Amino acid sequence: MDKSNVKGFLEFVYDFYRSMKAHEITLVYEGEITHQITKAFTSLTESNMAKQSEANSVQKKVFHVMVECLQNISKHADSFGSDDFIFAGRGIFMVSKGKSDYHVTTGNVIENDKIEELTEMLNHINDLDKEGLKELYKSQMKEGRLSEKGGAGLGFIDIARKTGKQLDFHFLPIDEGSSFFLLTSSIARNL
Amino acid sequence: MEVIKLKGTDDTPTIILDKENGIFEISGRSLPEDVTTFFEPVLNWLDDYQEEANDQTVFAFKLVYFNTASSKLILDILMKLEEMHENGKEVLIKWFFPDDDEDMEEAGEEYADIVDIPFEQVSYTM
Repeated sequence: MDKSNVKGFLEFVYDFYRSMKAHEITLVYEGEITHQITKAFTSLTESNMAKQSEANSVQKKVFHVMVECLQNISKHADSFGSDDFIFAGRGIFMVSKGKSDYHVTTGNVIENDKIEELTEMLNHINDLDKEGLKELYKSQMKEGRLSEKGGAGLGFIDIARKTGKQLDFHFLPIDEGSSFFLLTSSIARNL
Repeated sequence: MEVIKLKGTDDTPTIILDKENGIFEISGRSLPEDVTTFFEPVLNWLDDYQEEANDQTVFAFKLVYFNTASSKLILDILMKLEEMHENGKEVLIKWFFPDDDEDMEEAGEEYADIVDIPFEQVSYTM
């Protein structure tokens, strides 16, 4: 990088920093989600929340939601182009903290032919009330076998139950074969 | 019978399965990297235990956190115990939960609904 490029880059870093502050982002990561990463992020967020004397119940809910979101990426994120398996299991992960809520947001690549099924599942979860979610969780646990990747299809239901809110999600097209799947969950701070 | 004694870590629970001393306990946090592999020895142990179970088995769960993948394996464990109960052995599940943790209490209630086995909820102060 020549001098003007360096300056431009550093200005970008500052803008990036300011925009993180403006959106109250406390943690942002892009890359492969491994078990070690999951452990590091959850313990970092846990100790931050403990320092800020966040209520126990809120800490637990944030922890739950983080773990399930991170595991969703590590188990289900697809890669750009079908050959690059090396890029599977990656995504963006973000935690932000507003006055009244924590937000946990994930984004990862998904193959277009999986969108319909995923949308159906998420809409179904969003249509259910507390009791309905409980029944669905129980029946999934009973009937659902662990998939080869170790998912039991329970993560989304658990997030909806723990937050008591709808799952907000969105798909943005990348190319003809794949899209970017975004999901954001809010955990109220004053329960 | 072989004794299983696993010391818990920040992502795996403490497990004690000791037929001779009548201690059967899973406690702590459970979010292992590979749940199936982690719990496999426990399920295998229970299969063996079933053949020569004590007259009474009190199985304690004292978990503070488990992820959804673990929840399925916990049910698998409970179903093995249910089988034992059906075969005429006396089995009691003690489900411990911190007194301020409604979610853990509810998780116990849900398991009690699913499996047909004597189930006792015990609250404690952390």
